[in-house]
Order: sequence, then structure tokens, then C-alpha cells
Amino acid sequence: MSQKDMVSLNYRVNAEDFAKAGDASSNTKKVLKKLGIPSDITRRAAVVTYEAEMNIIIHSNGGEIIVNIDTTKIQIIARDYGPGIPDIDKAMQKGYSTASDHVREMGFGAGMGLPNMKRCSDEFEIESKKGEGTTVTSIIHIPD
Amino acid sequence: MYLYEIRDILDAEVITGKSRMDREVDFAFGADLMSDVLAFVNERTVLLTGLTNPQVIRTAEMMDLAAIIYVRGKRPDAASLKLAEENGMTIMCTPYTLYTTSGILYNAGLKGIDELGVIK
Repeated sequence: MSQKDMVSLNYRVNAEDFAKAGDASSNTKKVLKKLGIPSDITRRAAVVTYEAEMNIIIHSNGGEIIVNIDTTKIQIIARDYGPGIPDIDKAMQKGYSTASDHVREMGFGAGMGLPNMKRCSDEFEIESKKGEGTTVTSIIHIPD
Repeated sequence: MYLYEIRDILDAEVITGKSRMDREVDFAFGADLMSDVLAFVNERTVLLTGLTNPQVIRTAEMMDLAAIIYVRGKRPDAASLKLAEENGMTIMCTPYTLYTTSGILYNAGLKGIDELGVIK
């Protein structure tokens, strides 16, 4: 990848579309591998994207995932159309979850999603407005 | 420990990835909670689980896991098998329960990821 090159990926993620859950993350991971990004960085980006994708499917009215990759960083933006997170501090606590039993039976809803995303990111930000939606932005630096 | 050794001591049936049994793993992790797998595991780990949906394969794919072992005779569903084939992942089924499977592997020298100090 040359200095000015930038790759941008955009995936639509539908609410409760469990059949397709993981497609966006799987594609993102394949692109990162193809670009020759180091495997530990790729794995961190894959965890962020996958947790974000599951969050949109489980908790939101649908949304999108945008991944921007340049030579220095991977930026992952997960944006949904509501309902918004009432208490972000609570949502960031390990073990806190509002997921249904159905979701828990699939192995999710352990309250580790957002903490996992933060742990894998170098920069991490959540913006949420009740009734409007949530945007989670993660940046992972690519070392020289 | 090599995957073929794991197959032998667990009396496991290999369902996908038969040609990749010479991969080596350093650790095993048993969980039905996929977020825990995403939080703690590295790629030289084999996952032991009783959960049979495609999200298990997706999780393993994200973490570059070498293999998944389904315990207590469980078998992954068709969608899982298709995904596993696509990703060149090894899938085995053992008749033993999660506890017994873990004990057999630990006894044979395969440690847990606690050794890495990742669990706080």
C-alpha cells in the first residue's frame, strides 16, 4: 500500500439478522490480511468489528460499519439508527448486559462486548443519543 | 501438542480439516460464551465448547484459532460446517463432557491460558 492509498469498506448491518452475523467482520479480516497488515493488528480489528457487528444486530434498529484503512491506522466506525444507550458508563462495565435469553443462548450477551472493543483499540469513543442512535469509533494504529 | 495427538487422546471424530492435523497448539480454552473467547484467547489455542451455532465458527475465525472441539457428543449445525470448511478450520467431536475433556488434555500437558496472565 503506498502512502496515499486508502481502502474504505462499508457494510450495512440489519437488526436481528443472525444468519448473516459475522459477514462484515469476516470480509474486513480478509481484506486486512490481503493488505499485509500484521496478524495481531488484524486480529484486534477483527474483534472490534465483530463485537460491533453483533451489537448492531442484537441491540439496534440496524446500522452500518465503515472501515477506513491507511498506512498508519485502521479506523472502524459502527453507527446505528437507535434506540441509543441510556447509560454508557453502565454499558462499559464488564458483565453488564441487556441482551435477551435468546442472544445469551448463542454465546453472546455476557456484557463483554464494549469492554472487548475498547481493549483492542488504541483510541475508542462512544457517542449515543436516546432515540437517535449510537456511533462507536475505534482506531487501531499500525506500527511501522 | 499436535491436533492428531488431541484427536487420539479424546477419541475424537474429525469432521472438517482432516488434512491439517499437524498443526500445533499451546493452550486450550473451554467456553460457551463467545465474548470470553474474544477477550482472552490467542491463535495457538484450541477451543472446547458445547455450543453448536455458526457464531462459534465466526469467533474462531476472528481469533485465528487452529481447531474447535465439540464436547459431550455434540455436532455443529450445517451452517457451521459450511463456514468451517470455507475457513480451513479443523473441527472435532469428542464423546467426553467439557470437564472430562479438559482434564484429559491438561493431564497430557496442554495448559490453560491462565499461564499467559491474561485473566485478571
